[in-house]
Amino acid sequence: MKTFGVTIHSTGRYVPDNEVYNETLTHWMETSDEWIRKRTGIKKRHLSTGEDTSDLCIRASQAALSKQKIDVSQIGLVIVATMTPDSQSPSVASKVQAAIKAENAVAFDLSAACSGFIYGLSAAEKMLRHMSHPYALVIGGEVMSKTLDWSDRKTSVLFGDGAGAVLLKRDGDTEAFIAEDLHTDGGKGSALVSGEQEVTNPVCARDAKNGFLTMDGRAIFNFVTKSIPNSITQVVKKGSIDLEEVDFFLLHQANARIIEIVSKKIDRPLSKFPMNIENYGNTSAASLPILLDESIENGTIRLGSGQTIVLSAFGGGLTWGTLLIKI
Amino acid sequence: MTTFEQIQEIIVDQLDKEESEVQLDTNFRDELEADSLDLFQIINDIEDEFDIKIESEEGLNTVKDLVDYVEKQKEAK
Repeated sequence: MKTFGVTIHSTGRYVPDNEVYNETLTHWMETSDEWIRKRTGIKKRHLSTGEDTSDLCIRASQAALSKQKIDVSQIGLVIVATMTPDSQSPSVASKVQAAIKAENAVAFDLSAACSGFIYGLSAAEKMLRHMSHPYALVIGGEVMSKTLDWSDRKTSVLFGDGAGAVLLKRDGDTEAFIAEDLHTDGGKGSALVSGEQEVTNPVCARDAKNGFLTMDGRAIFNFVTKSIPNSITQVVKKGSIDLEEVDFFLLHQANARIIEIVSKKIDRPLSKFPMNIENYGNTSAASLPILLDESIENGTIRLGSGQTIVLSAFGGGLTWGTLLIKI
Repeated sequence: MTTFEQIQEIIVDQLDKEESEVQLDTNFRDELEADSLDLFQIINDIEDEFDIKIESEEGLNTVKDLVDYVEKQKEAK
């Protein structure tokens, strides 16, 4: 059987228009611009004034589709990575499928918190090799602001809303996906919890939970600063290349300080780590596709150039994963 | 190398300070302007260096606090 390569064909992003600077947060809670910037690198984030996750995902998908004119009936798969879906059913992916009229696509959501986009790409590239249609859309989209406790200054200042989309194409010649390193450590899952729902029914009357996001900052910090350098080193080894051959490392934009630590630990210059956290905050599953789309738009990364890129993310679950791609 | 010297080296390296600035009675939050993420990193490095576990950073304010904590953990092993 002939094996087909899967490549990244197009990318797009969308964030709500409404920008909220750190200064505005100081009116809502006891915090300061300096405190937030120094510890996280964040200057502002986009917060939804009513658009839900599907609205953002649809706009990001349309942006990706507008750059490469394709027949949408040739899209066989739509995956939305999100931890903030509009509803449990229908999925966000179903709504995207309807909006873009990808009538032949199988559509489902994938839940892996901030690592969701990496897991989604990994799943999509494998499924696409066995599907009859040649295109797949992988989207990371979040309205994190609806899961935040806005009286908790430790978590609410960190996150933002947005969506990014990547259109994958199966074709005969080139292969983008070189190696991957994916992990889950469910034993540490309580370090980041969001959207909890209590069992309440006629035989079990418990108080409803608020479902707000809670995070053990030190536990997450320790996990990330140990596991991500290791995961990057592993994926490069699996791909039989040296770290020096990687053109850019695109890391989940959770905290600029964490990215600096990873850069130090794997001994690669910070200039190899494109960052945009200052403008978006942590957009969870949306952070990597937004960063990828921006990096392509500003010419740092060029589709079809053969550049070697590492994509790496980490988050609730706990989940983490790294992909080595030739773009 | 004494425990103090090992911890001093970790702090000097993490916070980019001179050895003379990191003494037993130095308060790393006030005098070295270390924030919570700096402290997490210092604690991580100490845990790796001495093969111990530091459960909470609460009550750890000076270099001596860290040295005492590590000494106690080493004795308990």
